[in-house]
Amino acid sequence: MSAPEMTPNAKPILEICDLGKSFGSVRVLHDISLKVMPSQVVVIIGPSGSGKSTLLRCCNCLEIPQQGSITICDKDIVTDGVVLPEKELNALRMHVGMVFQSFNLFPHLTVLDNVAVGPRRLRGMKKADAEDLARAQLAKVGLAERADAYPAQLSGGQKQRVAIARALAMEPRVMLFDEPTSALDPELVGEVLQVMKALASEGMTMIVVTHEMGFARDVADEVLVMDGTVIEHGKPEEIFSNPQHPRTQSFLQSILSPG
Amino acid sequence: MNLDFTPVWQGMSGLLHGAVVTVEVTVAALALSCCVGLLVGIARLDPKKRIVYGIASTYVLFFRGTPLLVQLFLLFFGLPQFNIMLPAFTCGMIGLGLYSGSYVSEIVRGAIQSIDNGQMEAARSMGMSYGQAMRIIILPQAVLRMVPPLGNEFIALIKNSALVSLLTISDLMHEGQKIIAISYRSLEVYLAVALIYLVLTTIASQILRLIEKRLRVGGMVQ
Ligand SMILES: Nc1ncnc2c1ncn2[C@@H]1O[C@H](COP(=O)(O)OP(=O)(O)OP(=O)(O)O)[C@@H](O)[C@H]1O
Ligand SMILES: [Mg+2]
Repeated sequence: MSAPEMTPNAKPILEICDLGKSFGSVRVLHDISLKVMPSQVVVIIGPSGSGKSTLLRCCNCLEIPQQGSITICDKDIVTDGVVLPEKELNALRMHVGMVFQSFNLFPHLTVLDNVAVGPRRLRGMKKADAEDLARAQLAKVGLAERADAYPAQLSGGQKQRVAIARALAMEPRVMLFDEPTSALDPELVGEVLQVMKALASEGMTMIVVTHEMGFARDVADEVLVMDGTVIEHGKPEEIFSNPQHPRTQSFLQSILSPG
Repeated sequence: MNLDFTPVWQGMSGLLHGAVVTVEVTVAALALSCCVGLLVGIARLDPKKRIVYGIASTYVLFFRGTPLLVQLFLLFFGLPQFNIMLPAFTCGMIGLGLYSGSYVSEIVRGAIQSIDNGQMEAARSMGMSYGQAMRIIILPQAVLRMVPPLGNEFIALIKNSALVSLLTISDLMHEGQKIIAISYRSLEVYLAVALIYLVLTTIASQILRLIEKRLRVGGMVQ
């Protein structure tokens, strides 16, 4: 799975330059720049409405930013609102895995088919090969034995692990996680974080929006604090123990001592 | 009151033939209506695609907003003015199909729009094109939600098909009227005709219930 082999002298996998995004007249993101190196894990935190999801969604052009550019694996996917042609964009999206807060599994397909459908239809694999790959990915997230179940028969934690396996089956170069544990009952959060930790230690490049500070502390190489723009960034220990920006301080306070 | 069903019994083979024609024209019309409805329904998903949306909406506006009988007459008596002479059965099928297609398109559009947006996003973010996402992810889910309203549409179509008798098509209604013309037994014959329509619609709704059950077993336990 390790991504870096194509970039021997460590070029960034994902690079964002002076990004700006508005919805109508509301400016949601401005002046965001970010470099993500191979195998790096970047955690994004910030208050609700600060544009974390929007930033992630820009990274695979689910939203189109009007200003700035995003480069993934040396390809400019969007520059000042101009997006890569449809075909190339689709090809590039295969290398960018996305995991959603609400799982978005395909309810009409079995767990196995959820994971196999991408390799089968998009990577041109034969049915048997795609299913082998899917089984391997399911084993990796600890769900090999649920291959024949339908998503509706799984717990939230299991659903999210299937969603991770589905993304992994495309052999992505980078994975985007948008609050992957926020929709889960507390007792199910751990199993998903564990899978993500394992991925990180295998060298997967990851951008993770999360409020799980423990995960950020253990796994992140860098933490970004967002509020429409990146108001602060650094190593997790710096951000958590010595936040500089007053808004970071109040945000951390609000999530570390809720209520 | 004296009821005499003898003309019905004597004309039964004609009525049954008529019933077969009714089924034929209805099934043919439903096939056309589903094809048209699917295309028009998809065309009406995105108002920003002005031209496609405009054409599709005009179609729906016309066929939902005018009487089916007028549409049938336009095809059968109107088109010959352009030297387009379609056989009566073809006119009946096209007329019923286009009329019903305007309703089916709304069923299709509603079903597609009822699928959570996250499904399209998940599919697109894997790298599927819009068309692939539609075919592989959205439509299979939407079709399940279309089945019950499509069933109602099918039953309405069976009943509306009686109008094609006015295009000289020998359907159930037409066969009934032929018997009345020689026997003058309107009440008895129309009762028999109504009963046969009832049998047809009942069979249709049973078949649909079976299909629905089958689809549900197919895993959509949502
Ligand atoms: N499709 C949209 N149309 C209009 N406004 C939007 C849209 N998506 C997001 N916004 C707005 O953009 C802002 C940023 O939203 P975003 O979802 O990126 O925040 P977030 O940091 O992910 O918040 P949360 O922690 O609640 O998920 C919000 O004010 C939101 O209302
Ligand atoms: Mg969000």
